[in-house]
Amino acid sequence: MVQGVILFPSIHFAIKAEKLAKEKGLAVKLIPVPRHFGSDCGVCLRFPWKEKDEVQSLLEAGGVKMDSVHPLPDK
Amino acid sequence: MDVKLIYLDNAATSHPKPESVIRAMVAFMHEAGGNPGRSGHRLSIEAGRVVFEAREKVAELFGLQDSSRVVFGLNATEAINLGLKGILRPGDHVITSSMEHNSVMRPLRALEREGIEVTVVPCSREGFLDPEEIRRAIRTHTRMVVLNHASNVVGTLLPLSEVGEICRKNGILLFGDAAQTAGVFPINMERDKIDLLAFTGHKGLFGPQGTGGLVIGDRVNEKSMEPLKRGGTGSRSEFEEQPDFLPDLCESGTPNAVGLAGLRAGLDFIRGVGLEEIRGHEKRLTRQLIQSLLEIPGTLVYGPQDAEKQCATVSFNLQGWEPSELSFRLDEEFGILTRVGLHCAPSAHRTIGTFPGGTVRVSMSYLNTEEEVNQAIQAVRNLARKGS
Repeated sequence: MVQGVILFPSIHFAIKAEKLAKEKGLAVKLIPVPRHFGSDCGVCLRFPWKEKDEVQSLLEAGGVKMDSVHPLPDK
Repeated sequence: MDVKLIYLDNAATSHPKPESVIRAMVAFMHEAGGNPGRSGHRLSIEAGRVVFEAREKVAELFGLQDSSRVVFGLNATEAINLGLKGILRPGDHVITSSMEHNSVMRPLRALEREGIEVTVVPCSREGFLDPEEIRRAIRTHTRMVVLNHASNVVGTLLPLSEVGEICRKNGILLFGDAAQTAGVFPINMERDKIDLLAFTGHKGLFGPQGTGGLVIGDRVNEKSMEPLKRGGTGSRSEFEEQPDFLPDLCESGTPNAVGLAGLRAGLDFIRGVGLEEIRGHEKRLTRQLIQSLLEIPGTLVYGPQDAEKQCATVSFNLQGWEPSELSFRLDEEFGILTRVGLHCAPSAHRTIGTFPGGTVRVSMSYLNTEEEVNQAIQAVRNLARKGS
């Protein structure tokens, strides 16, 4: 399954995003930011890429500030 | 001495704390001991969740939609310094009351030397503030009104929401200091028109010392705020400039996550009991204390002498007694712990007429009982009879 990640300006929004997505039963997980997406020492939210639109609109509605969204390369 | 101590100094810090607060802090040290927002591993994320949830609960308590506008810090003093120094600029005018604590007065006196104009509006001897006095003090360059919600000396409640109304009409920010009222009185920043709210975690919120913060309403533009300190935030690490978004703008360095675990549990405790019940109990204790003190010959009770118009803090003196001697004897002979002196609020003591001698202050929390208040009154009665 192709996965994607959402990067946030702050850990506050990463944790809020995880909470909102889990409440909707989405299969998300906080993981360290992969090196090629940024040099932050923080975490990002991994999610199933096919749910991209649903996740994004859910987070926007919940007031979560997002930096960027990327598909993860298939391994 | 095997006297059971009766703690009546809750305006300084609440004691005891609910067991759940202590358990939450111990659990954090055992199980969630990572650095929140700094690393990607599970213990860091777990610590981040604790801080996040504490933030959400603070936002909920004060009626704020966006919890990222809750900035944590050491205490209300730090929050007040951040709100004043972070927003006021030379040429601005700021209005405050004569009942303020030094946490407001000292930063304002320092800002005065930097070209910020300060007006201190006088209050009555009971500590009451007439909102009209605030309206009259407004000038064209007035930027902010900063007021405590209740006096730490005599408990007098100030009319924050009425002043908020005046501030909104004049395009001025209202900065409230809820050090003595958070966790007891309902505060809704939207309804009460409060733009900035300083709170401390270790009093009415039943958290540990070293927790507190500033809640920044959405009429304050954080992009023009100056943080007190800059440093690592775990975010935007590739840049050497401070992030310009909340809460990271104002939260540099590792936070007091174990303290915030305790604060989170304290907020849960308050929510479980309910503000109405907490205020109701404290009001009963306050009424009982004031009435009984007034019946003792030679007592002078300061402030409103009315439980409806004050928080559970009462200052008094006994004729013929130095306040320090009275407080000391209450402790030594009866195990009753009060606070004596000027309570870091010389201006408030000048207002009520007790500067520089000070008063004995009795301050109660939800966890005090009527029996404890009875014993304290009995002790004062005994000492009054004996004489100093």
